[in-house]
Amino acid sequence: MSQFTINLLFVGASFALYFGIAIWARAGSTKEFYVAGGGVHPVMNGMATAADWMSAASFISMAGLIAAGGYANSTFLMGWTGGYVLLAMLLAPYLRKFGKFTVPDFIGDRFYSRTARLVAVACLIIASVTYVIGQMTGAGVAFSRFLEVENNTGLMIAAVVVFFYAVLGGMKGITYTQVAQYCVLIVAYTIPAVFISLQLTDTFIPAIGLFSEHTQSGMPLLAKLDEVVRELGFRDYTADVDNKLNMVLFTLSLMIGTAGLPHVIIRFFTVPKVADARWSAGWALVFIALLYLTAPAVASMARLNLMTTIYPEGPTSESIEYAERPDWIKTWEQTGLIKYEDKNNDGRVQFYNDTPSFNDEATARGWAGNELTVNRDILVLANPEIANLPSWVIGLIAAGGLAAALSTAAGLLLAISSAVSHDLIKGSINPDITEKGELLAARISMFVAIIVATYLGMNPPGFAAQVVALAFGIAAASIFPALMMGIFSKRVNSKGAVAGMLAGLISTLVYIFTYLGWFFIPETNMLANTPDNWLFGVSPLSFGALGAVINFTVAFTVSNMTEDVPEEIQELVESVRYPKGAGGAVDH
Amino acid sequence: MSDHTQNQENYWKANVRLIFGCLIVWALVSYGFGILLRPLLANIEIGGTDLGFWFAQQGSIISFIILVFFYAWRMNSLDKEFGLEE
Repeated sequence: MSQFTINLLFVGASFALYFGIAIWARAGSTKEFYVAGGGVHPVMNGMATAADWMSAASFISMAGLIAAGGYANSTFLMGWTGGYVLLAMLLAPYLRKFGKFTVPDFIGDRFYSRTARLVAVACLIIASVTYVIGQMTGAGVAFSRFLEVENNTGLMIAAVVVFFYAVLGGMKGITYTQVAQYCVLIVAYTIPAVFISLQLTDTFIPAIGLFSEHTQSGMPLLAKLDEVVRELGFRDYTADVDNKLNMVLFTLSLMIGTAGLPHVIIRFFTVPKVADARWSAGWALVFIALLYLTAPAVASMARLNLMTTIYPEGPTSESIEYAERPDWIKTWEQTGLIKYEDKNNDGRVQFYNDTPSFNDEATARGWAGNELTVNRDILVLANPEIANLPSWVIGLIAAGGLAAALSTAAGLLLAISSAVSHDLIKGSINPDITEKGELLAARISMFVAIIVATYLGMNPPGFAAQVVALAFGIAAASIFPALMMGIFSKRVNSKGAVAGMLAGLISTLVYIFTYLGWFFIPETNMLANTPDNWLFGVSPLSFGALGAVINFTVAFTVSNMTEDVPEEIQELVESVRYPKGAGGAVDH
Repeated sequence: MSDHTQNQENYWKANVRLIFGCLIVWALVSYGFGILLRPLLANIEIGGTDLGFWFAQQGSIISFIILVFFYAWRMNSLDKEFGLEE
């Protein structure tokens, strides 16, 4: 059986499973659809949240970025888990107590203003669309590989599949489908990692293998990796970074963005009790950590395997001949995500870091430049092939990658469409819209969102995980501060909140667009996106944390200069703080 | 009525104190050990690299899990202590 058939079998079987569960669960009760997670045990809810949360960015893209950046990209690991601490302590229990269903609902009520609600809707839509661009980038990579087509064709196919998947939206709300998706995703991620960890370190658990001995050389794995990449002019894998300010801000952006993304928060609105909201956050983090503790092992081992494939005799000896390259390089070349150019016409594949400091050594070895370009987003998907694992493992990772990308993309499209049809049109522009009209508006906005995301996904402003990181920056600068101030301060009023959200959102967008192009349209950036151009060395990916600081500052300043918060809103704030009944006044 | 409010106020203060403590640990394991203080931990070796690298790639995540469960457990018992549980 060819690899292509096996991939189709695995992907087909996993989809049949999701649809099957969806039909089975829906037959049980339609109520389940609306109260996703209601009455479901916190462990199950945590698993479903983890499936919702882990997207193409976590599954497909993240380990590739860590492999390329080494220690410097640990930011993704800390940032995308540390946000749950904030969520569990600063938002989830209180929003659960508040008891409405969407983020704009809370902001609109707490800041007693339709404008605040509208601004929240705008922030939500901008962050979600950016997020979908990242998902499309990842899904495009996955589809192009498994259907063995060129990358942009893969992206188009992904767009069509995601659109239909989202229109069948019911599946999204059903907790058990998401539990199944989580299982497929985590098994698909872990099995190849276990195989590779056994090959390289004789250790069964990849997370431990990362810090174990490399069997072949007898050195610690990370020391071996450092040595290999150093020989080829790359920075040491474990090397410390110089720009710590940027590293801190980037991690912070991801953390507060996690706690400000509407599709994550919403899961905590629907658990039965405030106490359960706290436990659910913990369980979600446990299930996320299963992947996140494995990811750094996948990253380092894949990097080492990649280097060993190109330099079978070690980095100081000759590299492989292009004519004898392994099959996985050939298949990925079809997608255009691996490129080879024989610059010195020796028929071999020179893969090294083409920097001035390595120039002398490269020239001495007769090299005329780096000849192999490997897109970072392919690493996780190519990983089983690089390690020569059996074809069923490759099929499995295809199914896992698609589960991750499709579930999150569809969820975000649903969030966008409900924000447009429910919050924007019905809530403000035309309250008398018919139910049919609302549904039509939802479908149209979904369609527009996917067209925009696909167009921008063809020339994405970065690798999948980086684009997703931009979405986090936007959420961090706009939504998180408003929610937090809404709970922890009785002084911030509607004017303050609106001014704060706008200041945070606009400053962050302007900073991002300056370096990455207006509305991410290629070639429209005003400054090249290089560290020398960044303000105080802060990258556009990291600016969200500063945007949040701006948001808080503006909100407090404006609030202090304007009127007090009305009495009944202060009571609302009181009431969300205590799990029992309503706060003082309303209770009696 | 005023006792009732006083009780709620104490509950909220205890909650904020607890959050504050947890967030200090949260910042210490990630921004501290994982990033800014890494040079200080450079001599503590673990699996071919230093402790700061471990905190950045795994240690912080494990600490976050412990923190969230600790907070949930502590708060749920505070709810009972103050008679504010659902």
